Amino acid sequence: MSIKLDVELAGLRLRNPTILASGILGISKKILERVAKSGAGAVTTKSITVKPRGGHNNPIFIQSTKETFLNAVGYSNPGLKAAKKEFEDLSDFPIPVIGSLVGEDAEEFAYLAENIKEIGFKAIEIVLSCPHTPGYGLLGGHGTPEATKEITSAVRKKTKLPLFVKLSPNVMNLGEVAKAAEKAGADAITAVNTLGPGMVIDVETAKPILGFKVGGLSGPALKPIAMRCVYDIYKAVKIPIIGVGGIITGKDAVEMMMAGASAVGIGTGVYYRGMNIFKEVCDEIEEFLESHGYSNVKKIIGLAHRD
Amino acid sequence: MEIPEVLEIKSVIKENYKTKTFFFNKKIEAEPGQFLMVWIPGIDEKPFAVSFENPLGITVGRVGSFTTQLLKMKKGDKLGIRGPYGNGFKLKGKEICLVAGGRGIIPLAFLAEKFKKVDITAIVGANTKDDLFFVKRLKKYCFRIIVVTDDGSSGIKGFPTDSLKDLLEKEKFDCVYTCGPEIMMKKVFDICENYNTECQASLERYMKCGFGLCGQCCIDDIRICKDGPVFNSKQLSKLTEFGVFERDKSGKKVYF
Ligand SMILES: Cc1cc2nc3c(=O)[nH]c(=O)nc-3n(C[C@H](O)[C@H](O)[C@H](O)COP(=O)(O)OP(=O)(O)OC[C@H]3O[C@@H](n4cnc5c(N)ncnc54)[C@H](O)[C@@H]3O)c2cc1C
Ligand SMILES: Cc1cc2nc3c(=O)[nH]c(=O)nc-3n(C[C@H](O)[C@H](O)[C@H](O)COP(=O)(O)O)c2cc1C
Ligand code: FES
Repeated sequence: MSIKLDVELAGLRLRNPTILASGILGISKKILERVAKSGAGAVTTKSITVKPRGGHNNPIFIQSTKETFLNAVGYSNPGLKAAKKEFEDLSDFPIPVIGSLVGEDAEEFAYLAENIKEIGFKAIEIVLSCPHTPGYGLLGGHGTPEATKEITSAVRKKTKLPLFVKLSPNVMNLGEVAKAAEKAGADAITAVNTLGPGMVIDVETAKPILGFKVGGLSGPALKPIAMRCVYDIYKAVKIPIIGVGGIITGKDAVEMMMAGASAVGIGTGVYYRGMNIFKEVCDEIEEFLESHGYSNVKKIIGLAHRD
Repeated sequence: MEIPEVLEIKSVIKENYKTKTFFFNKKIEAEPGQFLMVWIPGIDEKPFAVSFENPLGITVGRVGSFTTQLLKMKKGDKLGIRGPYGNGFKLKGKEICLVAGGRGIIPLAFLAEKFKKVDITAIVGANTKDDLFFVKRLKKYCFRIIVVTDDGSSGIKGFPTDSLKDLLEKEKFDCVYTCGPEIMMKKVFDICENYNTECQASLERYMKCGFGLCGQCCIDDIRICKDGPVFNSKQLSKLTEFGVFERDKSGKKVYF
């Protein structure tokens, strides 16, 4: 039996459902190419801001338990102008590149969307959900249905590309936030960003370890929360969902797709399994499908919602 | 676990006017070239090569604000350490040559200690006499040391790359190991290619996570922190960004 792993995501064809999540590796076209070679179905850039940002001081990424990472990168990126140069020619890129954009308000998001038109991004992801960067995401008040609607519509007016809206696991009415995004013209929901923020204190010095003191939680510990979020969002909207949070194995990916995701984002998983995680997760999804009698990965999307 | 282990500084040795070695009450096992992320609690955290492994020691040269603060640390002060990270220099053959520029001597002195059974020639480059350090340490393990300064205040006046060329005209080495300013390492590599000599270089890029996830330290599609920092001739020959540009804290390109 030949198993089909390709999925459709808001008009994009992906050869498989694994996507490199934003903020991991995606600093340059060349490193994204390596991730593509490692088997990913699509890749996401680091989030792009209008002006260059150095980000928070180090440590920016630490481990709190074996299954829990905290990060407070602080959106370090060389800014829109440099990003346009870095990604100016994506015509030979083997898989879709998703451009992640982040601004402080609707106007800045719209400006970014309008100004990356020339780049060959196949989709735009707007991030309304960072828990640890002043002025942005949750700290910019972007986590509400109202702000989500305002920002999404402003961006929608400036781009025809498939538009993904990335949400935070922190809000309780996530279905409503997702609905607001859908109504405002989003083509897909990416869920979730990191949870928290959390903190780790060094007891020898009584100092928080992260440079920004607090940071968003990722890795296997986030998985059950991400799972429930995707499940809730699937109930609330018709547009597809990219499930992100603690995906390490093919089984995790299968679970996330059963919750309602059409594709899965992988970030911290790269720590546990290296860049080959994309190929390995795909192989494991394939094995699962084969042993459970499915010929097509699309058949498991939302399965957990069946009565 | 990717988290700093806080250690007390056991002793501090002044190496020159802007360089100190800090020892900790801990033993580690490391390959020469591997590095640690060193945290000044509450301030920042940056990469430093393993300089000694038993007891663990790092050697710090003053550059900017972080290293200036680090150099103020005294016996009894606490620093966080994680690592060792990355790969190390690999021993190749029986006659080897080291080319050190400035603080590039730090991992190479540790290398000499580890590879002391083979014949080692060391070319040590510095701006002036006052910038030299670890020459005595190297003398224990190297049968020949050539000191080169830009202004001729110690040893030969000139650049370490010229001395390497002179040596390779007359003799063969199984491998040349280099660490120092990238422009120098690029020249060392080019010279080695001309003389059909294997080369290993330890590269530097701005580092944040240190374990291969954040992407900050990339050169081409290689992560210096995880796939490096040491690369051999075959790998170096494929790097289009080697000797051309690095990236700053934001990821912006800065040309050499
Ligand atoms: C693998 C590796 C091993 C190193 N080993 C040693 C060592 O044994 N001893 C030693 O004295 N120095 C070592 N360095 C260099 C040391 O990390 C920098 O000198 C230090 O980070 C400078 O910080 P600063 O605030 O004093 O200077 P700044 O003014 O901040 O920077 C001066 C220059 O240092 C470099 N730098 C700054 N921050 C970082 C960073 N986070 N990661 C990498 N480079 C940075 C940049 O090139 C910058 O232009 C090593 C670097 C790397 C990458
Ligand atoms: C080091 C790091 C940096 C991140 N940077 C971003 C970012 O710039 N933009 C963004 O939308 N998400 C960012 N994220 C969140 C991830 O894309 C992802 O949503 C989250 O980590 C959960 O997935 P995971 O458990 O697979 O890592 C970052 C995560 C990590 C670990
Ligand atoms: S420093 Fe983060 S990938 Fe190398």
